[in-house]
This record gives sequence, structure tokens and C-alpha cells, in this order.
Amino acid sequence: MNQNYSVATHTSTSTLATNKLIRNTYTLLSMTLLFSAGTAAVGVMMNLSQGMALGATVVAIVMLWFVLPRTANSAMGIPVIFGITGLLGLGLGPVLNYYLAVNPSIVMTALGGTGAIFLGLSAYALTTRKDFSFMAGFLMVGLFVVIGASLLNIFLNIPVLSLAVSAAVIMIMSGFILFQTSSMVNGGETNYIMATAGLFLSIVNMFQALLHILGAFNSND
Amino acid sequence: MDWIQIGSAILLGAMLLFIFPGMRHAVKNAPKGSSKDWLNYLMIMVVVGLFILFLIQMV
Repeated sequence: MNQNYSVATHTSTSTLATNKLIRNTYTLLSMTLLFSAGTAAVGVMMNLSQGMALGATVVAIVMLWFVLPRTANSAMGIPVIFGITGLLGLGLGPVLNYYLAVNPSIVMTALGGTGAIFLGLSAYALTTRKDFSFMAGFLMVGLFVVIGASLLNIFLNIPVLSLAVSAAVIMIMSGFILFQTSSMVNGGETNYIMATAGLFLSIVNMFQALLHILGAFNSND
Repeated sequence: MDWIQIGSAILLGAMLLFIFPGMRHAVKNAPKGSSKDWLNYLMIMVVVGLFILFLIQMV
């Protein structure tokens, strides 16, 4: 009987910890998304150059790789994640300016579409509690291939390849959303700052890929 | 080729180098999914794909 009680207590404690992780992650994610939207608006209004946008993106990625892992378990992790998401938002400025000039509805549709896909996938992973950890290898290889194809296309400049890469990015980022959400639910991820960073990157990459696809099929062309 | 393209190429190359060890580790150590798991993922991707087609029609 005592053993049953301790098992029940342990289970309810880990459920509480998981619920707290999910709550903290989504709270921080919504705050960083709002902040990033603000810095993106600043980038649009300032008519930021491509060079400055690339610089902001590079600094964000360097912080993501080298600073965030060292600060994610301390209070410093919060300003760092806001710094990363703010810089990534700023880096979207020239891209948003381009698509706003082509057709503003592309940006709104991409925004709404990304939100709907994210919410749908997250709801699925949270409610079914399925374990998507089997996808880790596939997603990492897919990411590697997509980055390699993007690098190649800088030199080849093939529009169809660019579209195929964007389609693959959406598929892979959808997979990452499922993987990361199920990691939180099933105990693979225990740090809400790292979880937020992962989900944020998936959302931003999906948004950019969707912008590209919608821009290519824009009926006003 | 302008320096923006060169900078982007360098960034993407650095990303490839950075994620390569993680990719090898994931391929080697990640649990294997059943055919049912992969079919489930495929169905989800079909739904996402149909939704994107719908968004393309809207624009």
C-alpha cells in the first residue's frame, strides 16, 4: 500500500512538473513571438538593408549556439532568448518589406497559416501524448539536406529547387514541432528556455518558407 | 556574386558543420519508429500539405 502511494505521488509530481514546463514554455514562446513581431516591425519601418538583416541573423545564431546553452539553466537565459528572438525578428525586415510590396495579403496569410499549423500540430501532440522521438534522426538528416540544398542554390539559382526546399522546410519544421512538443510531454525536454528556442525556430523557419511558397504562387503576378 | 550571397553561403556552411555531429548522434541513437508511427506522420503531413494548397488558393 505504501509502495502504491509513493508511485502515485511520484506520478502526480512528474505530471505537475510536465504541466509547469508546458505552461512556462508557451508563456515564454508567446512573449518572444510578440517581441520578435515588434522587432520585425522595426526592421520594416527602418527599411533595414539585407546586410544589416544578415548581420542580425548571424549574431542571433551565434548566441543560440554558444550563449544560450550556457545560460539556459540560469536567470540570464531569459534576456538571452529575448535577444535571439529579437534579432531574428529584425532580420526578417527586408523579407517582409519585399512581400508587403508584392502583395500584403501574402504576409497575413503566411502569418495566419503558420499560426494555424503550429496550433494544430501542438494540440495533436499534447492531446494524443504520442512519442515522436523516433523522428529525431529523420529530422536532423532532413535539416542537413535542406541547408545543403539552400547552400547549393546560392550558386545554382534554380527557382524550382528553391520552392522544393521551402516545401521540405515546412515538412521538417512541422516534424520538429511534433518532436519538441512530445519531448516536453514525455520528459525528453525539461528546460523551458531550450524548448521555447526550439519551437520559436520551427515557427520562424516555417513562416519564411510559407512566405516564399505563397509569394511564388501569388495570383497577382 | 555579391557579398550578401557570400555571407549567406558562409553562414549556411557553418550551420552544416555545426549540426553534423548532432545529426550523426541522432541517426545512431534515436529510437526506431514502427510503420504505424511513420504512417501517422505521413497522414499529418498530407493534412498540412492540403492546408497549404488551400492557403495558396486564398492568396
